Amino acid sequence: MEKRAIFSNRFLPLALIAPQILITLVFFYWPAIQAVWQSFLIEDAFGLSTEFVWFENYQLLFTKAHYFRTFTTTMLFSFLVAFLSLTISLLLAVQADKSIKGAGVYRTLLIWPYAVAPAVAGVLWIFMLNPSLGMIAKAMRSAGIDWNPLLNGGDAMTLVVIASVWKQISYNFLFFLAGLQAIPKSVIEAAAIDGAGSARRFWTIIFPLLSPTTFFLVVVNIVYAFFDTLGVIDSMTQGGPAKATETLVYRVFADGRLGSDLGGSAAQSVILMFIVVGLTAIQFKYIERKVEY
Amino acid sequence: MIERSHLGNVLAHLILIIGVVIICFPVYVAVIGSTHDATTIANGNMPLVPGGHFLENYYRILFEGTKSTTREPVATMLLNSLIMAMMIAVGKIAISLLSAYAIVYFRFRFRMVAFWVIFITLMLPVEVRIYPTYKVIADLHMLDTYTGLTLPLIASATATLLFRQFFMTVPDELVEASKIDGAGPVKFFFDTLLPLSRTTMAALFVILFIYGWNQYLWPILITTRDDMQTIVIGIKKMLAVVDALTEWQLVMATAVLAMLPPVVVVVAMQNLFIKGLTETEK
Repeated sequence: MEKRAIFSNRFLPLALIAPQILITLVFFYWPAIQAVWQSFLIEDAFGLSTEFVWFENYQLLFTKAHYFRTFTTTMLFSFLVAFLSLTISLLLAVQADKSIKGAGVYRTLLIWPYAVAPAVAGVLWIFMLNPSLGMIAKAMRSAGIDWNPLLNGGDAMTLVVIASVWKQISYNFLFFLAGLQAIPKSVIEAAAIDGAGSARRFWTIIFPLLSPTTFFLVVVNIVYAFFDTLGVIDSMTQGGPAKATETLVYRVFADGRLGSDLGGSAAQSVILMFIVVGLTAIQFKYIERKVEY
Repeated sequence: MIERSHLGNVLAHLILIIGVVIICFPVYVAVIGSTHDATTIANGNMPLVPGGHFLENYYRILFEGTKSTTREPVATMLLNSLIMAMMIAVGKIAISLLSAYAIVYFRFRFRMVAFWVIFITLMLPVEVRIYPTYKVIADLHMLDTYTGLTLPLIASATATLLFRQFFMTVPDELVEASKIDGAGPVKFFFDTLLPLSRTTMAALFVILFIYGWNQYLWPILITTRDDMQTIVIGIKKMLAVVDALTEWQLVMATAVLAMLPPVVVVVAMQNLFIKGLTETEK
């Protein structure tokens, strides 16, 4: 798509686009290139000399058992966050889509957690689930549940999943609601006339017609679980106990912070870049499909 | 017509009410927690009704800070967060407007190259280039400055793509009419295009303000001085390593203050927020 009516000027457009290009080159491309370059280098312990080692940093990563563990932790965490937040928000959106009284009020009350920072969401939940003073933790203890996220990896995972899901419901809810409202009512009425009950209408008509929205949200939720939950994890568990809640992004953050292994940290960054490229490609492929549709 | 059962409606209300309770409960507990004193919370028997320490807690946290952890008063952090969020939102809108204008309304050498250079940044979120970007900022002596805090975040493809998309829908006749009236590109931009873009800009502002306010990773790396901290970073630092040292009533007051501005923005400008969210994600 191109505009036909345009202005002709030689220098003005260059001046207009220069700020963005400059910032992009300095803060995006240069660091990204640095990360790739650094991932091929090994520095000695004192930072005095560096050696070009090709893929040794990558090999080292994949021979370490706990990098694999970080991978599986990330997959499990992303799956739980995406699955739970999508299911809950779809359930809520379907109810809010029914023309009941006060649907607008429900919408307002459900969407605002989008504005809460992930780190703050983590703090809110840890206040209730803290084993020594949290009110939910206390109720669980009196119900006989042994809850200790400070020592038990599974409990810690539950903790970060709850806070991450809580924060993401509002986003998914909004998109599901928009998707549901875009489905022509006549199709659903036709099915009702043919005698399909509400459960059947949902699974054979509404859910399939909603699939572009669902697919888009699956990708967005995976990206969210991978990248945006860093604040949740850092405020709640710092990746612990014993790295049970350490995701790929949290690990790059934590490893590089110690500053010991720049090459290894850079190699992890490059792997993450490939993951982002893959996810973005999937997202755009889907958008193309939607345009045709 | 679809059958309407009374039972179905009751069920819908019930599910939505449960959802709202789950969504709102943590914030309710935080508000309650911010009105009690430290001992009531520490012994684990905090009631679900407000206590009498509301003014005391908020005054202390806003102007004095906590005792044992980060001692910076939260008023400073709020100001830092506000400056960061405003600079990111306004900066992003400004540079994206200009670059989208150049790409849509002009033909110049390397136009498509420039477009792709901007577009590909979608695939380079700050999380994957954390430390090299940090090094660039350090080399430019921008640590602990508002510039260092915001500049690397104001270039992004989303806003540019959004404005480009919007400009494509602006009728060509407007350009031709302006040209006949003898207006140049600068006059057209300010007199015609900017007023037309007002809603898009406002919707984008809502989303970007929240994005800026809630930044975590970048400020935690770039700020080392306590007086440069944002509130989202400050609250994390208030959680002391030793549980008993955490002053929870103050942490909760800070959490409430940290949520308030972005939540007010979302609720007050709900329609712009929804428009911004659905359009930037396309």
